[in-house]
Amino acid sequence: MPTIVTGNCERCRFTDCVAVCPVACFHGDDQMLYIDNNVCIDCGACIPTCPVQAIYEEADLPGELRVWIAINAERAPNLPSITEKQEPLPGAEARKADLGF
Amino acid sequence: MSAGSEQHPLRVAIVGSGPSGFYAAEGLLKSGRMVRLDMFERLPAPFGLVRHGVAPDHPKLKEPIRIYDRIARVPEFRLLGNVTVGRDVSVEELRAAYHAVLFCCGAESDRRLGIPGEDLPGSHTATEFVGWYNAHPDYRDREFDLSQEVAVIIGQGNVAIDVCRILAKTVDELKHTDIAAHALECLAASRIREIHLIGRRGPAQAKFTTKEFRELGELADCDPVVDPADLELNTESLAELEDRAGSVAKKNLEVLKGFASRPARPTRRRVFLRFLLSPVELLDDGGGGGGGGRLEQVVLERNRLEGGPFRQTARATGERLTLACGLLFRSIGYKGVAIPGVPFDPRQGVFPSRDGRIVDEAGAVIPGLYAAGWIKRGPTGIIGTNRADSMATVNSLLADLPTLDTGPKLGAEGLAGLRPGQGPRVVSYADWLVIDGAEVQRGASKGKPREKFTRVAEMLRLLDRPFREKPTEP
Repeated sequence: MPTIVTGNCERCRFTDCVAVCPVACFHGDDQMLYIDNNVCIDCGACIPTCPVQAIYEEADLPGELRVWIAINAERAPNLPSITEKQEPLPGAEARKADLGF
Repeated sequence: MSAGSEQHPLRVAIVGSGPSGFYAAEGLLKSGRMVRLDMFERLPAPFGLVRHGVAPDHPKLKEPIRIYDRIARVPEFRLLGNVTVGRDVSVEELRAAYHAVLFCCGAESDRRLGIPGEDLPGSHTATEFVGWYNAHPDYRDREFDLSQEVAVIIGQGNVAIDVCRILAKTVDELKHTDIAAHALECLAASRIREIHLIGRRGPAQAKFTTKEFRELGELADCDPVVDPADLELNTESLAELEDRAGSVAKKNLEVLKGFASRPARPTRRRVFLRFLLSPVELLDDGGGGGGGGRLEQVVLERNRLEGGPFRQTARATGERLTLACGLLFRSIGYKGVAIPGVPFDPRQGVFPSRDGRIVDEAGAVIPGLYAAGWIKRGPTGIIGTNRADSMATVNSLLADLPTLDTGPKLGAEGLAGLRPGQGPRVVSYADWLVIDGAEVQRGASKGKPREKFTRVAEMLRLLDRPFREKPTEP
């Protein structure tokens, strides 16, 4: 069952998730991260680390966020692997507050 | 000049080859310093709990081994398997031969219940059972009486659920996994009909992850049973579920409600998920005149919750009930094991440390000694949790470089106990790959990903074979 990064990551990119990924399955562009589900082992370690709760198991994905399944699948394999925690994007804290976290 | 340059590499001994050891190695290899890593493992087989802990029916969770394999093939890394630190090599010797010693040796023993009858025949630790079905050589010869009809598991963490699932599954559900052949054979004859999973707090406080929990509802010939009364929560628990921090518990409750409301199937086995109960005593069958008896029932005491949301603890009510059972597993947590020459906190079962730096009784840092993973923080979290934890310890180690003993270090070549012909047969990573290949080959004919060797001697024999084996007579 895939694990999916959704839109809350956009313009935040806190990257706490990558530090606990045991198989290096996160990839990223300038805006956010994506999971390569050919590599992900569905352990769920990343899910509670996200400060804006952007990561879901597919089974828990609300209907309006299901569009992210295809986006992760399409983008992750073509982007560089992110394995170390990085600085969040400028404005990430403000966006986090906007998102209600 | 601190160690870590081309001429003067930083030599680190990593003790333990499980996830925390490999993630520490990853961190050191990516540090930009010139490093030489020697990883010590007491078994000939590496990968710790990924090999010997993760349940055989969870093959995906073993995939981190691919990452560890990549690390192990780096020229700066060596595996020294079949070497026990504290016996074959002392910690003092390691300190003399390396700039730093990083303990990633996990939590190998169990917490005890501390109740009468705990050690009766028929009462086991989850560790023993998990090691047994996962072919850990230490547990190869353990015996579990699967002719019993009722098994009780004390604890509701993911290990408890693993034990439960292995007991609950049919042979068909297990036979194409890497479960040990001896375990599969015993499980095939199992007469277990009821499994009781006992938690001391309520369903909203249970520690399992939703995913593992859902699996209990997807078994071929076993149904989960939940008492709907257990799902009537107190106001504090309801408040927990409404909080963001309670999102896992909320999902768990939904799964439980699903279990409670679905129609029962006529399955051979049932798993009873039971809450707010603590074992107070295990009773024997009287021994049948002379000799010690064996486990016949467990006495449970009903609990109630006390305290505010997220601080609720289980308090005994005094109300007792008994449950007849011939088999019991304790799964209430792990503890680390002491190694001579390293401070040990017997209460927590960890090497006391600050930011990964091991400290003595007075709280002073012991230069050059570090800890990561379960031996550092206790047995919490899952495989990936150890990656962040190991990175944090590696960062402390790297920050300490200017203050570490910077003298030249010999690494494994400086260890008298490992000179050829003197100590144990050291198992290198290349040696391990020979064992690994043989296991995969043994499994292939059975449709298993591998058939693990269960004895150290079997594995070592394999390594000598090319030199000793003569062509067999036709």
